[in-house]
Amino acid sequence: MLLNASGCLDALAAPDVARQLDAFVTKTITPLPREGNAPPRIAETAHGMLNAIGLANPGRERFLAEQLPRLLELGVPVWVSVGGFCAADYAETCAALDGVDGVAAVELNLSCPNVDEAADSAAEIVAACRAATRLSLYAKLSAAHPDVAAVARAVAQAGADGLSLVNTLRGIALDRALRPVLARGSGGLSGPSLKPLALYAVHACYAATGLSIVGMGGVQTGRDALELLACGARDVALGTVLFADPDAPRRVRAELHDAAAEAGVASPEDAFALAHASRKRPGKDGKRPSLNAPGALVRSAGRGPLEDASARARSLPRPAHGRAQARERRPRPAGAAEEGPQGGQGSDRADPR
Amino acid sequence: MPRAHRRRVVGAERVGPYTLLRLDRGPLDPGAPGQFFMLEAPGRPLPRPFSLCLAPPGELAFLIEPVGPGTEALCALEPGDEIRVVGPLGRGYRLDVARPLLVGGGIGIAPLPWLSQALGRPPAVLGFRTAAHAEAAALLPGAEVVVDPVLVTDAIPSGLDLLACGPEPMLRALAARWPEAQLAWEAPMACGYGACYGCAVRIDGELKRLCVEGPVLSGHRLVCHVPGPGRETCPKEAAA
Repeated sequence: MLLNASGCLDALAAPDVARQLDAFVTKTITPLPREGNAPPRIAETAHGMLNAIGLANPGRERFLAEQLPRLLELGVPVWVSVGGFCAADYAETCAALDGVDGVAAVELNLSCPNVDEAADSAAEIVAACRAATRLSLYAKLSAAHPDVAAVARAVAQAGADGLSLVNTLRGIALDRALRPVLARGSGGLSGPSLKPLALYAVHACYAATGLSIVGMGGVQTGRDALELLACGARDVALGTVLFADPDAPRRVRAELHDAAAEAGVASPEDAFALAHASRKRPGKDGKRPSLNAPGALVRSAGRGPLEDASARARSLPRPAHGRAQARERRPRPAGAAEEGPQGGQGSDRADPR
Repeated sequence: MPRAHRRRVVGAERVGPYTLLRLDRGPLDPGAPGQFFMLEAPGRPLPRPFSLCLAPPGELAFLIEPVGPGTEALCALEPGDEIRVVGPLGRGYRLDVARPLLVGGGIGIAPLPWLSQALGRPPAVLGFRTAAHAEAAALLPGAEVVVDPVLVTDAIPSGLDLLACGPEPMLRALAARWPEAQLAWEAPMACGYGACYGCAVRIDGELKRLCVEGPVLSGHRLVCHVPGPGRETCPKEAAA
């Protein structure tokens, strides 16, 4: 499944770009309106860009009243990115979204580099949101943490359904007179520079939790997307590449199938978690024993990643009320999580999207 | 709707210190004067915004000043090279004006040749910092040309409808004296189609995306780059 990285697309300004995606992720919504940081807000770097937008958004009330209804008319599943400055901020927005038909998932922005960090820990925020909504919760983490897998384990135990990896990393660009280009001084680094860090974070967090992961960071081509799948991402999001190429979703989707063939796997789905030693390559007879094994991570509705967008929109297995089906949550001890792909996580996590 | 098209370079001619980059138009619409296109800067992560300078049959032509790695890469393109092009984007000039006068400063003359054609060759005043830069006035035959230290604002007769593009100090000076002038502004842009929020500037008192609201705005909707480290203070902000 192909998404946009939060903050890298305005579906209302460019609906035809959004319609190329399997789901649209909103800019982060905070309880109160935010004008964002002073300009200049962006700077190009040798292999990426810095941004310091600062979570500019109309605030929860106006988002729910004015933007969300229009987004839901686009015919693309909507994920809402939720931000705040304490656990209650996040939880209140999650509660407000809980009753909204058509919202497919919530992404908790726990790692924006351009605002002051929330005082509460990622796990505290996830736990508060878990108590506030039955929507599927994806925790968006930063690769800047010295042990991102430990954070992933903590948010998994707090009730996250998935992870979005990775957010941008703080950086500085200087102009010719050696002054910071960005008015804020620093900004979040995105683009091709991020890719190795994203691959590592996805690899480590998949091994640690077995959670469903949206991989992002420097994806420019189908091969880049395939590598994220191989590291354990179920889905892939496009960020900076959308700025240069509004046709990137269509192009990356097409390239992905060629890249899989070049890598010697039958389909992009078959590349899933191949970079993990525990995931055996399909045998020469083409059978995929590991995907058929009990407890393996297989999508409940049989939807592989990166299918045709229009077919996805039609066949989306939406539970009634547009929410995740209630399901028993069984937080696992950290030791069990270490088992990663063999941890038996897949079958009891019905994908609500 | 932004769509990316790969277009072939058919010519790249020097005009003073600038380059007129001509692309095969293909299916692209030239758009309205003052609208812009995002051109891939070879070897760079982000494209660059350029207003259309001329629309010869079957072509789109852009006037580019090499001021950094992206524009230098674009000026180095040769016939046969291909780049990704997205556009036309943004809001251009309103053409329903009774007595138009085109005003350009430096590389800001870029949108004026196409605008002049659309308006039936109205009078124009162009300002440049050197005689070498003023060679670009050849793109707008008949224009009155001034060179620094003379400023375009010294050469504007009264009673005309101004349509302008140029450096920010020039635009601010025009906005102060002619609030109804149509001014084409610049801001750093990563996408040009409303996705990145990078081009937000203060418009009507709020931070808004220039690529969505503009780049052409009436003078009274003062665009102001909020002061950053080492940057001059916006007059409106300072007064507040």
